Amino acid sequence: MVDKVLTANRLADGISVWLDASGNWVESLQDAFVARHAEAVAALEATGKRSFDENKVVDVNVVDVEEVDGTLRPLRMRERIRAEGPSIAYAPGYHGLSGPKFAA
Amino acid sequence: MYRYDEFDHAFVSARVEQFRDQVQRRLSGELAEDAFKPLRLMNGVYLQLHAYMLRVAIPYGTLSSRQMRMLAHIARKYDRGYGHFTTRQNIQYNWPRLSDTPDILKELASVEMHALQTSGNCIRNVTADHFSGAAADEVADPRPYAEILRQWSSVHPEFSFLPRKFKIAVTGAERDRAAIQVHDIGLHLKKDENGRLGFSVYVGGGQGRTPMIAKKIRDFLPEEDLLSYTTAIMRVYNLYGRRDNKYKARIKILVHETGAEELARQVEVEFAKLKDTELKLPDADIQAISTYFAPAALPNRAEGWGNLARWKKADPEFARWVQQNVQPHKHPDYGMVTISLKPIGGIPGDASDAQMDAVADIAEEYAFDEIRVSHEQNLILPHVALADLEPVYRALVAAGLATANAGLITDIIACPGLDYCALANARSIPVAQEISSRFGSPERQAEIGELKIKISGCINACGHHHVGHIGLLGVEKKGAELYQITLGGSGDENTSIGEIIGRGFEPEKVTDAVETIVDTYLGLRRDKTETFLEAYRRVGPQPFKDALYGGSAQEAA
Repeated sequence: MVDKVLTANRLADGISVWLDASGNWVESLQDAFVARHAEAVAALEATGKRSFDENKVVDVNVVDVEEVDGTLRPLRMRERIRAEGPSIAYAPGYHGLSGPKFAA
Repeated sequence: MYRYDEFDHAFVSARVEQFRDQVQRRLSGELAEDAFKPLRLMNGVYLQLHAYMLRVAIPYGTLSSRQMRMLAHIARKYDRGYGHFTTRQNIQYNWPRLSDTPDILKELASVEMHALQTSGNCIRNVTADHFSGAAADEVADPRPYAEILRQWSSVHPEFSFLPRKFKIAVTGAERDRAAIQVHDIGLHLKKDENGRLGFSVYVGGGQGRTPMIAKKIRDFLPEEDLLSYTTAIMRVYNLYGRRDNKYKARIKILVHETGAEELARQVEVEFAKLKDTELKLPDADIQAISTYFAPAALPNRAEGWGNLARWKKADPEFARWVQQNVQPHKHPDYGMVTISLKPIGGIPGDASDAQMDAVADIAEEYAFDEIRVSHEQNLILPHVALADLEPVYRALVAAGLATANAGLITDIIACPGLDYCALANARSIPVAQEISSRFGSPERQAEIGELKIKISGCINACGHHHVGHIGLLGVEKKGAELYQITLGGSGDENTSIGEIIGRGFEPEKVTDAVETIVDTYLGLRRDKTETFLEAYRRVGPQPFKDALYGGSAQEAA
């Protein structure tokens, strides 16, 4: 089975968050709890539904990840960008994030 | 500029307080997400990949310095110090907190701005030629009619739950700078043989997954019939537009399936019932609204001609900027200045809070306090005396806003793409940045001449790729980004939809592909006066296919 994590956006500010092993929503994918079997995924989904119903988060999704050299990496580009932030230097002091780049 | 009356102020303020209550109830859990989502969307609040996004309406792209300063203030106080000007002449903030949005809207209301109808299946912000009221080739300023449409369409009870969103664009010149033929309704303001003002009416244009060029269903609609005829179109659409399939719900599909002739007949039947009702626009009302848009009294500044010649001779960079970014004004002592938001290697359409403040200051000092947003994601100072161009240029240089590339290959439209957008399949901005960097040399851009590249990160086509001379569409294939190239699109008075040239290109190859296309054009054009689009229309796609794919089997993939 592909490893999975639970992600969402925080209701009050919309910031992307991931569920950690203590049941807290955290801002770093690297702190996320990784579900490696079906029962764990079911538990993630149940927690996600509960958090949504409790109006803590919105847009709750389970996403596929892989672990490379101890670092969690979503399989889909969309989720990598959600986890790492825009790939561009969008504002003063922000230089974009590492990851797949164009050739320039 | 239009100024809110008491009704406008009361209406917008009431909506802010209504939304404040809705947000509070959502945060307290009293309102569930399913109930709240349509409410936040009605107030321009989306949820994107990283955060909420607030889309603020800039009606027909017209702003005062005071309003621009407010946009800068919001970027600084509530966001991350920048905003993104869009192809709909709006501005988007990418990082607002939901809990702050009522305060943001209240601040916007204090300068007569709002975020109403920037989302949802309603009539969206009416867009207009960004040179309205200034262009030398204009018959009349179309913005009073855009304002009339705005007032009529704001929370219009009959048209707030249409089958799908609805976009109207107006232009007042033969040269279409508002892309009216790719809008749900496109209005071309003109005069008939008797000198009366009216509109050619186009219906059913659009981009997205099914690009269509609008059909002209009326050659001349007298101005007083604007609302009755538009209402007739909306009624036909509201009645017959498909609600069973989101992808077939835009009026372009209805026009396509019904046929323009039959649809025009249906509209005429409705129009006959409405023509002499309260929807008929009294001349006094048109005049009253037009008064708000009366051009500033522009004093003669003939000294500018001599000054300009001298400045251009002394500073080639300034001369290049004037050549590329200043267009003829209806007053010969003035020009229309395009402030490029496309720095070489930069993010198309983004402006920092400091840059917005700088533009506000420049507009106040030199440009009669008026700023426009173009659908090409640039800012415009519509009235600048030639005698003031040099200090305006110096101020723009200081703000990092003097890139001399309006209409050139680096003046790229790009949607936010997968760096922000929840709908996107691929990134747009980095593609634009790399192409811009590759072609950034002023000499090379000048050699290539007019060439519009437009990039979308998904089939919804917010980056207008269908009407790019070179269009790039990002798709996701096997989990990776791939860019499909279209050639020959155009969003002007001779609108055309670009043709897919062949198989797509990986991110690291797409700039090379664009360069191959450009080099092919340079090799086959008749002379320097033949633009890319003219050359493409003359020779067709084959030379470009040959250059890109070498006639290999890959082309068909």
